Amino acid sequence: MADISTPRMVEVRKNILKRNDELARALRERFAESRVYVASLVSSPGAGKTALLESLLTVLARRYRVAALVGDLATENDAARLARSGAPVRQIVTGTVCHLEAQMVEHALQGWNLEELDFLFIENVGNLVCPASYDLGENLRMVLLSVTEGEDKPLKYPTIFNTADVAIVTKMDLAAAVEFDLDAVTRNIQAVRPGMKIFTVSAKTGAGLEDLVGQVANLRTDC
Amino acid sequence: MHELSIALNIVEIACEESQRRGNARISAVYLKLGALSGVVKDALLFSWELACDGTPLAGARLDIEEIPIAVWCPQCAAQREIAGPFEMLCPECGMVVTEVRQGRELEVRALEIEDG
Repeated sequence: MADISTPRMVEVRKNILKRNDELARALRERFAESRVYVASLVSSPGAGKTALLESLLTVLARRYRVAALVGDLATENDAARLARSGAPVRQIVTGTVCHLEAQMVEHALQGWNLEELDFLFIENVGNLVCPASYDLGENLRMVLLSVTEGEDKPLKYPTIFNTADVAIVTKMDLAAAVEFDLDAVTRNIQAVRPGMKIFTVSAKTGAGLEDLVGQVANLRTDC
Repeated sequence: MHELSIALNIVEIACEESQRRGNARISAVYLKLGALSGVVKDALLFSWELACDGTPLAGARLDIEEIPIAVWCPQCAAQREIAGPFEMLCPECGMVVTEVRQGRELEVRALEIEDG
Protein backbone atom coordinates (compact mmCIF):
# COMPACT_ATOMS: atom_id res chain seq x y z
CA MET A 1 0.00 0.00 0.00
CA ALA A 2 1.33 3.41 -0.95
CA ASP A 3 2.23 5.92 1.67
CA ILE A 4 -0.67 8.36 1.59
CA SER A 5 1.47 11.35 2.44
CA THR A 6 3.72 10.85 -0.61
CA PRO A 7 2.92 13.40 -3.29
CA ARG A 8 1.89 11.93 -6.62
CA MET A 9 1.60 13.43 -10.06
CA VAL A 10 -1.69 13.47 -11.91
CA GLU A 11 -1.98 14.36 -15.58
CA VAL A 12 -4.41 17.17 -16.26
CA ARG A 13 -3.74 18.59 -19.75
CA LYS A 14 -6.12 21.51 -19.59
CA ASN A 15 -5.90 24.60 -21.74
CA ILE A 16 -5.76 27.54 -19.35
CA LEU A 17 -7.92 29.68 -21.60
CA LYS A 18 -10.43 26.90 -22.24
CA ARG A 19 -13.33 28.91 -20.86
CA ASN A 20 -12.52 31.84 -23.15
CA ASP A 21 -11.94 29.51 -26.10
CA GLU A 22 -15.25 27.70 -25.55
CA LEU A 23 -17.10 30.99 -25.27
CA ALA A 24 -15.34 32.30 -28.39
CA ARG A 25 -16.34 29.17 -30.28
CA ALA A 26 -19.97 29.64 -29.22
CA LEU A 27 -19.85 33.28 -30.32
CA ARG A 28 -18.35 32.30 -33.69
CA GLU A 29 -21.20 29.83 -34.25
CA ARG A 30 -23.74 32.50 -33.28
CA PHE A 31 -22.15 34.99 -35.69
CA ALA A 32 -22.22 32.41 -38.50
CA GLU A 33 -25.87 31.55 -37.87
CA SER A 34 -26.81 35.23 -37.91
CA ARG A 35 -24.67 35.78 -41.02
CA VAL A 36 -22.82 38.69 -39.45
CA TYR A 37 -19.15 39.12 -40.36
CA VAL A 38 -17.03 40.07 -37.36
CA ALA A 39 -13.69 41.85 -37.58
CA SER A 40 -11.55 42.94 -34.65
CA LEU A 41 -8.94 45.70 -34.54
CA VAL A 42 -5.81 45.47 -32.43
CA SER A 43 -2.88 47.88 -32.16
CA SER A 44 -0.82 49.84 -29.69
CA PRO A 45 -2.51 52.89 -28.13
CA GLY A 46 -2.70 55.79 -30.57
CA ALA A 47 -2.19 53.83 -33.79
CA GLY A 48 -5.51 55.09 -35.12
CA LYS A 49 -7.99 52.27 -34.49
CA THR A 50 -10.86 54.60 -33.70
CA ALA A 51 -10.15 56.94 -36.64
CA LEU A 52 -9.99 54.00 -39.05
CA LEU A 53 -13.10 52.44 -37.57
CA GLU A 54 -14.98 55.71 -37.90
CA SER A 55 -14.12 55.77 -41.62
CA LEU A 56 -14.94 52.08 -42.10
CA LEU A 57 -18.31 52.43 -40.39
CA THR A 58 -19.19 55.54 -42.38
CA VAL A 59 -18.30 53.98 -45.76
CA LEU A 60 -19.78 50.54 -45.07
CA ALA A 61 -23.00 51.99 -43.60
CA ARG A 62 -23.95 53.25 -47.07
CA ARG A 63 -24.47 49.68 -48.27
CA TYR A 64 -24.52 47.47 -45.20
CA ARG A 65 -25.91 47.24 -41.68
CA VAL A 66 -22.92 47.81 -39.42
CA ALA A 67 -22.27 48.10 -35.69
CA ALA A 68 -19.27 48.26 -33.37
CA LEU A 69 -18.09 47.36 -29.89
CA VAL A 70 -15.22 49.37 -28.56
CA GLY A 71 -13.02 48.45 -25.61
CA ASP A 72 -11.15 50.87 -23.37
CA LEU A 73 -9.77 50.80 -19.84
CA ALA A 74 -11.72 53.95 -19.00
CA THR A 75 -13.95 56.60 -20.62
CA GLU A 76 -16.70 56.26 -23.19
CA ASN A 77 -15.09 58.83 -25.52
CA ASP A 78 -14.52 56.41 -28.36
CA ALA A 79 -18.13 55.22 -28.45
CA ALA A 80 -19.33 58.82 -28.57
CA ARG A 81 -16.90 59.55 -31.39
CA LEU A 82 -17.89 56.48 -33.38
CA ALA A 83 -21.59 57.13 -32.91
CA ARG A 84 -21.15 60.09 -35.28
CA SER A 85 -21.02 57.54 -38.11
CA GLY A 86 -24.68 56.75 -37.36
CA ALA A 87 -23.94 53.09 -36.61
CA PRO A 88 -24.96 51.49 -33.31
CA VAL A 89 -21.92 51.51 -31.02
CA ARG A 90 -21.38 50.13 -27.56
CA GLN A 91 -18.48 50.84 -25.25
CA ILE A 92 -16.89 48.08 -23.20
CA VAL A 93 -15.13 49.68 -20.25
CA THR A 94 -12.69 47.05 -19.03
CA GLY A 95 -11.56 48.81 -15.86
CA THR A 96 -8.14 47.39 -15.09
CA VAL A 97 -8.20 44.65 -17.71
CA CYS A 98 -5.79 45.37 -20.57
CA HIS A 99 -7.58 43.33 -23.25
CA LEU A 100 -11.05 42.15 -24.30
CA GLU A 101 -12.22 38.62 -23.50
CA ALA A 102 -14.97 36.61 -25.17
CA GLN A 103 -17.20 36.95 -22.12
CA MET A 104 -17.05 40.77 -22.34
CA VAL A 105 -18.08 40.62 -25.99
CA GLU A 106 -20.96 38.27 -25.20
CA HIS A 107 -22.11 40.56 -22.41
CA ALA A 108 -21.89 43.68 -24.58
CA LEU A 109 -24.01 42.05 -27.28
CA GLN A 110 -26.98 41.52 -24.97
CA GLY A 111 -30.14 42.95 -26.45
CA TRP A 112 -28.73 43.29 -29.95
CA ASN A 113 -30.34 41.29 -32.71
CA LEU A 114 -27.36 40.00 -34.70
CA GLU A 115 -29.69 39.00 -37.53
CA GLU A 116 -30.08 42.69 -38.26
CA LEU A 117 -26.36 43.16 -38.89
CA ASP A 118 -24.02 42.49 -41.82
CA PHE A 119 -20.81 43.63 -40.12
CA LEU A 120 -19.73 43.91 -36.51
CA PHE A 121 -16.42 45.51 -35.62
CA ILE A 122 -14.70 44.99 -32.28
CA GLU A 123 -12.06 47.51 -31.31
CA ASN A 124 -9.77 45.98 -28.71
CA VAL A 125 -7.99 47.87 -25.95
CA GLY A 126 -4.83 49.56 -27.26
CA ASN A 127 -2.22 46.91 -26.45
CA LEU A 128 0.01 44.74 -28.65
CA VAL A 129 0.65 42.03 -26.06
CA CYS A 130 -2.32 40.72 -24.10
CA PRO A 131 -5.07 40.71 -26.78
CA ALA A 132 -3.03 38.10 -28.69
CA SER A 133 -4.02 35.35 -26.25
CA TYR A 134 -7.79 35.88 -26.36
CA ASP A 135 -10.02 34.62 -29.15
CA LEU A 136 -13.15 36.79 -29.40
CA GLY A 137 -14.93 34.64 -31.96
CA GLU A 138 -14.11 37.10 -34.74
CA ASN A 139 -13.75 36.10 -38.40
CA LEU A 140 -10.93 38.50 -39.09
CA ARG A 141 -8.27 39.99 -36.82
CA MET A 142 -6.77 43.18 -38.17
CA VAL A 143 -3.54 44.46 -36.65
CA LEU A 144 -2.80 48.15 -37.15
CA LEU A 145 0.59 49.82 -37.21
CA SER A 146 0.97 53.57 -37.72
CA VAL A 147 3.83 55.09 -39.70
CA THR A 148 5.02 56.96 -36.60
CA GLU A 149 5.69 53.78 -34.61
CA GLY A 150 8.91 52.49 -36.11
CA GLU A 151 9.39 49.81 -38.72
CA ASP A 152 10.54 47.08 -36.32
CA LYS A 153 7.30 46.81 -34.34
CA PRO A 154 6.32 43.47 -35.94
CA LEU A 155 9.64 41.99 -34.77
CA LYS A 156 9.12 43.34 -31.26
CA TYR A 157 5.56 42.02 -30.99
CA PRO A 158 5.62 38.89 -33.16
CA THR A 159 2.80 37.07 -31.34
CA ILE A 160 0.10 39.61 -32.15
CA PHE A 161 1.28 39.90 -35.77
CA ASN A 162 1.42 36.13 -36.07
CA THR A 163 -2.12 35.68 -34.78
CA ALA A 164 -3.62 38.43 -36.98
CA ASP A 165 -5.09 37.86 -40.44
CA VAL A 166 -4.32 41.18 -42.11
CA ALA A 167 -2.05 44.13 -41.30
CA ILE A 168 -3.04 47.74 -41.88
CA VAL A 169 -0.46 50.52 -41.97
CA THR A 170 -2.21 53.71 -40.83
CA LYS A 171 -1.51 57.47 -40.98
CA MET A 172 0.06 57.16 -44.43
CA ASP A 173 -0.45 60.92 -44.86
CA LEU A 174 2.43 61.34 -42.36
CA ALA A 175 4.73 58.81 -44.05
CA ALA A 176 7.00 61.32 -45.79
CA ALA A 177 7.31 63.56 -42.71
CA VAL A 178 8.59 60.68 -40.56
CA GLU A 179 10.62 59.07 -43.39
CA PHE A 180 8.59 55.90 -43.06
CA ASP A 181 10.09 52.87 -44.80
CA LEU A 182 7.23 50.76 -46.15
CA ASP A 183 9.60 48.16 -47.61
CA ALA A 184 11.18 47.57 -44.20
CA VAL A 185 7.77 47.18 -42.52
CA THR A 186 6.64 44.81 -45.24
CA ARG A 187 9.80 42.74 -44.75
CA ASN A 188 9.34 42.66 -40.98
CA ILE A 189 5.67 41.69 -41.19
CA GLN A 190 6.45 38.96 -43.70
CA ALA A 191 9.23 37.68 -41.41
CA VAL A 192 6.80 36.99 -38.56
CA ARG A 193 3.73 36.17 -40.65
CA PRO A 194 4.63 35.08 -44.18
CA GLY A 195 1.95 35.79 -46.75
CA MET A 196 -0.01 38.27 -44.63
CA LYS A 197 -1.93 40.81 -46.70
CA ILE A 198 -0.89 44.40 -45.92
CA PHE A 199 -3.03 47.48 -46.54
CA THR A 200 -1.87 51.09 -46.40
CA VAL A 201 -4.46 53.70 -45.43
CA SER A 202 -4.96 57.24 -44.27
CA ALA A 203 -8.17 57.83 -42.36
CA LYS A 204 -7.49 61.54 -42.74
CA THR A 205 -7.23 61.73 -46.54
CA GLY A 206 -9.21 58.57 -47.28
CA ALA A 207 -6.34 57.06 -49.28
CA GLY A 208 -6.49 53.26 -49.42
CA LEU A 209 -9.84 53.07 -47.66
CA GLU A 210 -11.77 51.99 -50.72
CA ASP A 211 -9.43 49.05 -51.29
CA LEU A 212 -9.69 47.98 -47.65
CA VAL A 213 -13.48 48.31 -47.54
CA GLY A 214 -13.77 46.37 -50.80
CA GLN A 215 -11.62 43.52 -49.49
CA VAL A 216 -13.47 43.33 -46.17
CA ALA A 217 -16.79 43.25 -48.02
CA ASN A 218 -15.46 40.45 -50.28
CA LEU A 219 -14.32 38.44 -47.28
CA ARG A 220 -17.84 38.54 -45.91
CA THR A 221 -19.26 37.31 -49.21
CA ASP A 222 -16.74 34.47 -49.31
CA CYS A 223 -17.37 33.23 -45.79
CA MET B 1 0.02 42.56 -18.07
CA HIS B 2 -2.65 39.89 -18.22
CA GLU B 3 -0.57 37.37 -16.32
CA LEU B 4 -2.56 37.85 -13.11
CA SER B 5 -5.79 36.90 -14.84
CA ILE B 6 -3.99 33.92 -16.41
CA ALA B 7 -2.73 32.95 -12.93
CA LEU B 8 -6.29 33.17 -11.58
CA ASN B 9 -7.45 30.86 -14.38
CA ILE B 10 -4.77 28.34 -13.41
CA VAL B 11 -5.83 28.50 -9.75
CA GLU B 12 -9.44 27.91 -10.81
CA ILE B 13 -8.53 24.86 -12.90
CA ALA B 14 -6.39 23.42 -10.09
CA CYS B 15 -9.11 24.02 -7.48
CA GLU B 16 -11.65 22.20 -9.67
CA GLU B 17 -9.29 19.23 -9.98
CA SER B 18 -8.72 19.26 -6.22
CA GLN B 19 -12.46 19.18 -5.56
CA ARG B 20 -12.94 16.32 -8.00
CA ARG B 21 -10.40 14.40 -5.95
CA GLY B 22 -12.00 14.92 -2.54
CA ASN B 23 -10.29 18.26 -1.84
CA ALA B 24 -6.84 16.74 -2.20
CA ARG B 25 -4.03 19.13 -1.30
CA ILE B 26 -2.12 20.38 -4.34
CA SER B 27 1.56 21.02 -3.71
CA ALA B 28 2.62 21.92 -7.25
CA VAL B 29 1.16 22.90 -10.61
CA TYR B 30 3.04 22.03 -13.81
CA LEU B 31 2.51 24.28 -16.81
CA LYS B 32 3.43 24.22 -20.45
CA LEU B 33 4.09 27.73 -21.71
CA GLY B 34 4.69 28.25 -25.42
CA ALA B 35 6.95 31.04 -26.69
CA LEU B 36 4.01 32.22 -28.84
CA SER B 37 1.42 32.09 -26.06
CA GLY B 38 1.71 35.80 -25.35
CA VAL B 39 2.35 35.11 -21.66
CA VAL B 40 5.59 36.13 -19.95
CA LYS B 41 7.05 33.55 -17.55
CA ASP B 42 8.48 36.00 -15.03
CA ALA B 43 5.29 38.05 -14.87
CA LEU B 44 3.28 34.86 -14.36
CA LEU B 45 5.54 33.70 -11.52
CA PHE B 46 5.28 37.17 -10.01
CA SER B 47 1.46 36.94 -10.05
CA TRP B 48 1.31 33.37 -8.80
CA GLU B 49 1.54 33.93 -5.06
CA LEU B 50 -1.05 36.69 -5.19
CA ALA B 51 -3.43 34.51 -7.22
CA CYS B 52 -3.10 31.61 -4.76
CA ASP B 53 -3.53 33.73 -1.67
CA GLY B 54 -6.62 32.75 0.33
CA THR B 55 -7.35 29.73 -1.88
CA PRO B 56 -6.72 26.01 -1.23
CA LEU B 57 -3.66 26.44 -3.46
CA ALA B 58 -1.85 28.80 -1.10
CA GLY B 59 1.77 27.67 -0.83
CA ALA B 60 1.68 25.55 -4.00
CA ARG B 61 4.64 25.71 -6.36
CA LEU B 62 4.31 26.74 -10.01
CA ASP B 63 6.62 24.82 -12.32
CA ILE B 64 6.81 26.27 -15.83
CA GLU B 65 8.14 24.33 -18.78
CA GLU B 66 8.90 26.72 -21.63
CA ILE B 67 8.06 25.34 -25.05
CA PRO B 68 10.01 26.73 -28.01
CA ILE B 69 8.40 27.50 -31.35
CA ALA B 70 8.49 24.63 -33.81
CA VAL B 71 7.41 24.84 -37.43
CA TRP B 72 6.91 22.37 -40.22
CA CYS B 73 9.38 22.83 -43.07
CA PRO B 74 7.96 21.34 -46.27
CA GLN B 75 11.36 21.43 -47.99
CA CYS B 76 13.12 19.43 -45.24
CA ALA B 77 9.91 17.48 -44.60
CA ALA B 78 10.69 17.87 -40.93
CA GLN B 79 9.66 19.74 -37.83
CA ARG B 80 12.21 22.41 -36.89
CA GLU B 81 12.63 24.47 -33.77
CA ILE B 82 13.02 28.22 -34.15
CA ALA B 83 15.20 29.88 -31.55
CA GLY B 84 14.77 33.62 -31.04
CA PRO B 85 14.73 36.11 -32.66
CA PHE B 86 11.42 35.14 -34.10
CA GLU B 87 11.48 34.73 -37.85
CA MET B 88 9.40 32.33 -39.87
CA LEU B 89 12.31 30.73 -41.73
CA CYS B 90 13.52 27.15 -41.52
CA PRO B 91 16.75 27.27 -39.45
CA GLU B 92 18.21 24.47 -41.59
CA CYS B 93 17.40 25.35 -45.19
CA GLY B 94 16.18 28.95 -44.90
CA MET B 95 12.81 28.29 -46.55
CA VAL B 96 9.85 30.49 -45.54
CA VAL B 97 7.59 28.47 -43.24
CA THR B 98 4.01 29.18 -42.21
CA GLU B 99 2.83 26.19 -40.23
CA VAL B 100 3.38 26.58 -36.49
CA ARG B 101 3.28 23.15 -34.88
CA GLN B 102 4.37 24.05 -31.38
CA GLY B 103 4.74 27.16 -29.25
CA ARG B 104 1.16 28.29 -28.61
CA GLU B 105 0.79 26.07 -25.49
CA LEU B 106 -0.83 27.56 -22.43
CA GLU B 107 -1.73 24.44 -20.56
CA VAL B 108 -1.90 22.95 -17.09
CA ARG B 109 -0.02 19.73 -17.75
CA ALA B 110 -0.11 18.04 -14.35
CA LEU B 111 -0.64 18.52 -10.65
CA GLU B 112 1.31 17.22 -7.71
CA ILE B 113 -1.22 15.98 -5.22
CA GLU B 114 -0.93 14.95 -1.60
CA ASP B 115 -3.77 12.64 -0.64
CA GLY B 116 -5.21 12.19 2.77
